[in-house]
Amino acid sequence: MSKRTVIPFGPQHPVLPEPIHLDLVIEDETVVEAIPSIGYIHRGLEKLVDKNEWPEMVYVIERICGICSFGHGWGYCKTIEGNLGVSVPPRAEYLRTILHELGRMHSHLLWLGCLADGFGFESLFMHSWRLRETVLDLFEETTGGRVIFSICKVGGMRKDIPNEMLKKMEETLRGIEGELHELADVFLDDDTVKSRLVGVGVLTKEEAFELGAVGPMARASGVNNDVRLDGHGVYGEIGFEPCLEETGDSYARCKVRIREVFQSIDLIAKCVSMIPDGDVAIEIKGQNPAGEFVGRIEQPRGEAYYYSKGSGQKFLDRIRVRTPTNANVPPLVKILQGCELADVPILVLTIDPCISCTER
Amino acid sequence: MAGLKIGKMVLGSLFRKPATKMYPIVPAVWKERTRGHIEIEIEDCIFCGICSKKCPTDAITVDRAAKSWAIQRMGCIQCSCCVEVCPKKCLTNMAGYTAPDAQKVTDTFVQPEKEAEPKEE
Repeated sequence: MSKRTVIPFGPQHPVLPEPIHLDLVIEDETVVEAIPSIGYIHRGLEKLVDKNEWPEMVYVIERICGICSFGHGWGYCKTIEGNLGVSVPPRAEYLRTILHELGRMHSHLLWLGCLADGFGFESLFMHSWRLRETVLDLFEETTGGRVIFSICKVGGMRKDIPNEMLKKMEETLRGIEGELHELADVFLDDDTVKSRLVGVGVLTKEEAFELGAVGPMARASGVNNDVRLDGHGVYGEIGFEPCLEETGDSYARCKVRIREVFQSIDLIAKCVSMIPDGDVAIEIKGQNPAGEFVGRIEQPRGEAYYYSKGSGQKFLDRIRVRTPTNANVPPLVKILQGCELADVPILVLTIDPCISCTER
Repeated sequence: MAGLKIGKMVLGSLFRKPATKMYPIVPAVWKERTRGHIEIEIEDCIFCGICSKKCPTDAITVDRAAKSWAIQRMGCIQCSCCVEVCPKKCLTNMAGYTAPDAQKVTDTFVQPEKEAEPKEE
């Protein structure tokens, strides 16, 4: 039996956009065990409810993460709206769904680029991010911000997005669809890419379920736990079928995300064709959240959970956010067991880690 | 051949204009809705201080006695919260980000004296 060695991975590592540390126990070149530790980027954003009144807190919450920023804003608004017992005008729900799906495209294209960079395919990385830039431009045009949008508020949306702008958004997305297909072909059919992804880091359906995997990580193993199925936003009205794969390896996780990029374009197109006219926000006056409420939302990375507790004051008692990466760390530890040392960076990337979200 | 899948994209980019801009030599084109920095029409300000109270990052300081309104540019997160709550609508979020700096810059605006004309608000 060969000697066991512990080598540190992170918190600073070329493939890691954010700091996470793993102690890798290795035997020869094989990882026997991975011990994760976090705590490098905690900012204490939840604590800021003591300082910010609940309507302004949304701007803090959406800064939890720069990638799923819109989702965080929406999730927070959802839990406060539930707490207040108010419902949002239909147009606002449509707009929220459109922007959330656009955010999913932004997140997945960023991830695809990071993955390509992770296995050393620089030009693929550049092309993924070039296409992502179109999505960011759309965000800037419609919301005024490229990564932090500040457009969602409790009770609806702060600004309406005119129908012409939405039509233009759909046309732009249809315009890059061809290039996205070319990009998808490289990820899914290229031998060099496949040699790094196929059969690497297999997570079975049972393991994914038992370890509580969420999002594309779970769907790649065939676990259908997409929160969008509960019909939040307008997902119930526009009809939605999650992208599922069965093999549970890195290739399947990549495939799920690529399929979701195209699915997002279709969902946006459906929303644009069905969006009703009307108000985008309701006025909330003289009401403060009292009691507890839990809202769930399907972020690009998986299910995120928002809890709010108020006591009828302007300042909430507590906000709690459980983000998808938190749930995906146990499956990560599982898939790292028995993998080759050289595959560790790719496997860490395939859960789409967002440590800023996890630690807040 | 499957190994050359990227070839088409790579060749395409040889004959295309660069996807990036030579910023800051080539100035960025701001969209109409871009939130870049806060501007104030100080003549209209009544120094009520609501913007300062609502600012999530405490970037705004209002001094009623000195009739001054100050914003810490690095602290501002461009959420437009102040713009929404301003009763006189004298704040606007304009396109164009503030220039990078080595120090945390605070811009102070002082209302010019105009005692001659009585204001009714």
